[in-house]
Amino acid sequence: MIINQKVSDIFQDKFPGVVILPEEPHNDYIQIQPEKWNGLAKFIKTDSELKFDSCQCITGIDLGIEEGLEVRYNFHSMKLKHKIEIRIAVERKRPSVPSVEQVWRGADWLEREVYDMYGIRFKGHRDLRRMLLPDDWKGWPLRKDYKTPNIYNGMKVPKVRKGWD
Amino acid sequence: MGLVHADEMVLNIGPQHPSTHGVLRLKVKTDGEIISEITPIIGYLHRCFEKHCENLSYEQVIPFTDRCDYIAAMNNSLGYVLAVEKMMDIQIPERVEYIRVIMAEYNRIASHLLALGTFGLDVGAYTPFLYMFRDRERILDLFEITCGARLLYNYMWVGGVSHDLPVGFVEASYKFLDELETNMNEYHNILSYNKIFIERSADIGIIPKDIAIDYGVTGPNLRGSGVKWDLRKDEPYSIYDRFKFNVPVGKGLMGSVGDCWDRYWVRAEEMKESVKIIRQALDKMPRKGDVHEALPKKVRPPKGSIYFRTESPRGDLGYYIMSDGKPTPLRVKMRSPAFTSLSALSEISTGWMLSDVLVILGSLDIVLGEIDR
Repeated sequence: MIINQKVSDIFQDKFPGVVILPEEPHNDYIQIQPEKWNGLAKFIKTDSELKFDSCQCITGIDLGIEEGLEVRYNFHSMKLKHKIEIRIAVERKRPSVPSVEQVWRGADWLEREVYDMYGIRFKGHRDLRRMLLPDDWKGWPLRKDYKTPNIYNGMKVPKVRKGWD
Repeated sequence: MGLVHADEMVLNIGPQHPSTHGVLRLKVKTDGEIISEITPIIGYLHRCFEKHCENLSYEQVIPFTDRCDYIAAMNNSLGYVLAVEKMMDIQIPERVEYIRVIMAEYNRIASHLLALGTFGLDVGAYTPFLYMFRDRERILDLFEITCGARLLYNYMWVGGVSHDLPVGFVEASYKFLDELETNMNEYHNILSYNKIFIERSADIGIIPKDIAIDYGVTGPNLRGSGVKWDLRKDEPYSIYDRFKFNVPVGKGLMGSVGDCWDRYWVRAEEMKESVKIIRQALDKMPRKGDVHEALPKKVRPPKGSIYFRTESPRGDLGYYIMSDGKPTPLRVKMRSPAFTSLSALSEISTGWMLSDVLVILGSLDIVLGEIDR
């Protein structure tokens, strides 16, 4: 994947200090700082050499209790037929990333799903509500430090795994 | 006297409603008969797929992928096993590759038959639904003689498939495909070129090209808008680069490009292409071989992550799998094509009549099991 190298070079050229260079060079993904993400997103969507017009997937990942959270974006260009993966690390205490919902409309629900599962706030999202879980759900279930509650809305949560195995 | 102010009315469709194709709730704001806003409320079928995956071994995830999109279970598990195989770098025997393609394409036809049939039902045509179920039944019979299951197969395994093709499968397939091809013309007569059907679906719910791409709409819905994008052609996985087939796109034959009829028509044409692929695969498939030959003793991919996409009947189905070297995955994320298609519903149905909304929803071919996971 040569495109990653190309994108990384363009980023360093136009937005100095945004790309976090890996310890060992590789072409799998680009790690960036969250601060300028919104402007960067608009740039990669419209730039004639990149034209990443389709936001394929937004994945939240909890890398482990000692490590932090991460948001990973998979973009694809329908016109130029290439793709990249962009990763943004976020801290566990007050996780927040600029929203790209107004850049790619498809990112709207995908961001809401990440928020739903990890509690990562997308700054600037116009309708950040829970997506799949009920509105009164407490906690962020896909985080590694999530503990299943004993009682949910007055109902006892069964914990005995009798007959499951 | 002031102006008479006509209030907007909020109408609730679902969660239990025959036209929502599952358990979906739509909060519809209407101004008279015209839609001014739709808010889909989903999550009624949420079964914690991604949470379960973190506590299961890689093989145990496969039945869960089946249950996500229960209409096209073969395609869903195919995407997952291909992703895991790519992480582990497993070479698959020729025969298995062909069997997988045959099964995936059969399931695509079965899924499209159901989509077209229920779309007909939404519009008010009951008979075509029965015709299409007749043929879908034959495909399910073929699946049944192969692996014993009719809906949820657990057929694709990491490194192989669960059962070899039974004696007589190839002959039965050829016979069925011949009959299916004649039956497809029947569908065109009974539904596609039916005047009432065209009136209800042509020029309704148009998705312009750029909006479809912006929302991440993929699969037949995107091709209905005239974008020639098919992962089987543009980014061939498995052995799809060995087959000759066309990618049908919407041309606006009955109205404008990207209307409901175009999406219907793309699916109908795609079934013909799937028949072509199955025929070629049956011809070229090695007649002998062990389907369990390449099964790994332990499925434990090395550290790393992968985003792998395949073309499911509903569009680009992506799996984001991250492994930390342990027997259970650190993260499995499914990028569901129906999820993104549904997110565009509000945009495309604003301004249409209330009766058109169910037609538009039907033409998007959503499966709620896959949206909610």
